[in-house]
Amino acid sequence: MQALLDEFPVILNAFWLTIRLTLASGAAALVLGTILAAMRVSPLPVLRGIGTAYVNILRNTPLTLVIVFCGLGLGLVLDVSFSTSLSTNYLWLSIIGLSAYTAAFVCEAIRSGINTVPVGQAEAARAIGLTFSQNLRLIVLPQALRAVVAPLGSILIALTKNTTIAAAIGVTEASLTMKTLFEAHGDAVVPIFFGFALGFLVLTLPTGLLFTWLSRRLAVVR
Amino acid sequence: MTENGEATPLVVLTNVNKHFGNLHVLRDINLTISRGEVVVVIGPSGGGKSTLCRTINRLETVDGGTVTFDGRPLPAEGRALAMLRAEVGMVFQSFNLFAHKTILENVTLGPTKVRGMAKAKARALGMELLDRVGIGAQAAKYPAQLSGGQQQRVAIARALAMNPKMILFDEPTSALDPEMVQEVLDVMIGLAADGMTMMVVTHEMGFARRAADRVVFMAEGSIVEESTPQEFFTSARTDRARDFLSKILTH
Repeated sequence: MQALLDEFPVILNAFWLTIRLTLASGAAALVLGTILAAMRVSPLPVLRGIGTAYVNILRNTPLTLVIVFCGLGLGLVLDVSFSTSLSTNYLWLSIIGLSAYTAAFVCEAIRSGINTVPVGQAEAARAIGLTFSQNLRLIVLPQALRAVVAPLGSILIALTKNTTIAAAIGVTEASLTMKTLFEAHGDAVVPIFFGFALGFLVLTLPTGLLFTWLSRRLAVVR
Repeated sequence: MTENGEATPLVVLTNVNKHFGNLHVLRDINLTISRGEVVVVIGPSGGGKSTLCRTINRLETVDGGTVTFDGRPLPAEGRALAMLRAEVGMVFQSFNLFAHKTILENVTLGPTKVRGMAKAKARALGMELLDRVGIGAQAAKYPAQLSGGQQQRVAIARALAMNPKMILFDEPTSALDPEMVQEVLDVMIGLAADGMTMMVVTHEMGFARRAADRVVFMAEGSIVEESTPQEFFTSARTDRARDFLSKILTH
């Protein structure tokens, strides 16, 4: 227990990194996922094809492989660099991996949301002269997004936990820090473990409650 | 008033054909609608009335024949088609008001996003139109908070906000509770009296008698008979039309 208190600043730092990873990847995944969903319902077969291929590849590849690909493939082989600091560079590479992976799930959630929007909504929008992209931006997507707030919350919770995979390329988020502390405090493995487990619950439980509340508040009444 | 002048008809359908799979929903349709004319389309369900209505703003494509609006063939797709649709209002059976927007936003969306009208001007126009259809007091509410009749009147205001050359009504009162039918018909009768070009698919024979310049009777995808309301309701020429009328008018 004493170990947990002694290392509290370290643990807090690790979770702060977890939070930053989650928020940055979540925001990027939401944007990319929305674009992918728009591609998958577009009238252009090329865009639909690209969207479908993306989702099928990313959704069916283990996240560890995606992250390792970003770290080794992008970082070492292709020499993609965001910062002279190695740790910052790997942080960004892991954000790319996490958002690329999560975007596939966001896309599918939004696409199912689009299916909940009655076809008459899009027809009425076309009938007043909105173009396809205006129709999507102003009428269909706003209603689709409101319909999938709860599933997006689940995706965000999954993402929060998935950030632990960034440890695979050395990002010192919560789980990697936990392993390090295990080694430093061999006598306090159990308290440290429960400390970290509790830390994740503190992040994910309120997320779930917030999104449940939001989904009720934002629901479109028909 | 337009580059094509008053004399040319607004809508011309020539030999229009359409299939849904094996079903031949429109058969060799020839129909001309003049400016300011109110054409009421009646006939049994499944006879192609709604499909005909929807071909005029190309919500339904056609397999054969041509549709021209204001002297030009309908554009196939893209921005040109969107611009054409902006000139043709449409009122649907199920209202189709934008569920996530307020009543006023429903009316101002087209003018601001399609026509580029300034927000303040669009709001003023929207309020004027909502007052005209008697819903001004509900402007800040959402569609689900209104009755069917009120929603349909908003839908008419939304169509009018685009200052259309014509409005298509696809069974506008069929989804309404009986006590709300008249409030919608009254607005439509007012529009007809103001000279709006209208095509109305309806089962409301009273409206046809009162407001129509011409009645088009459709069955099995064909236009069976075309005449004035007076002539159609008193002395229909075809057996098919007489049979239809005998079934609906005796009750």
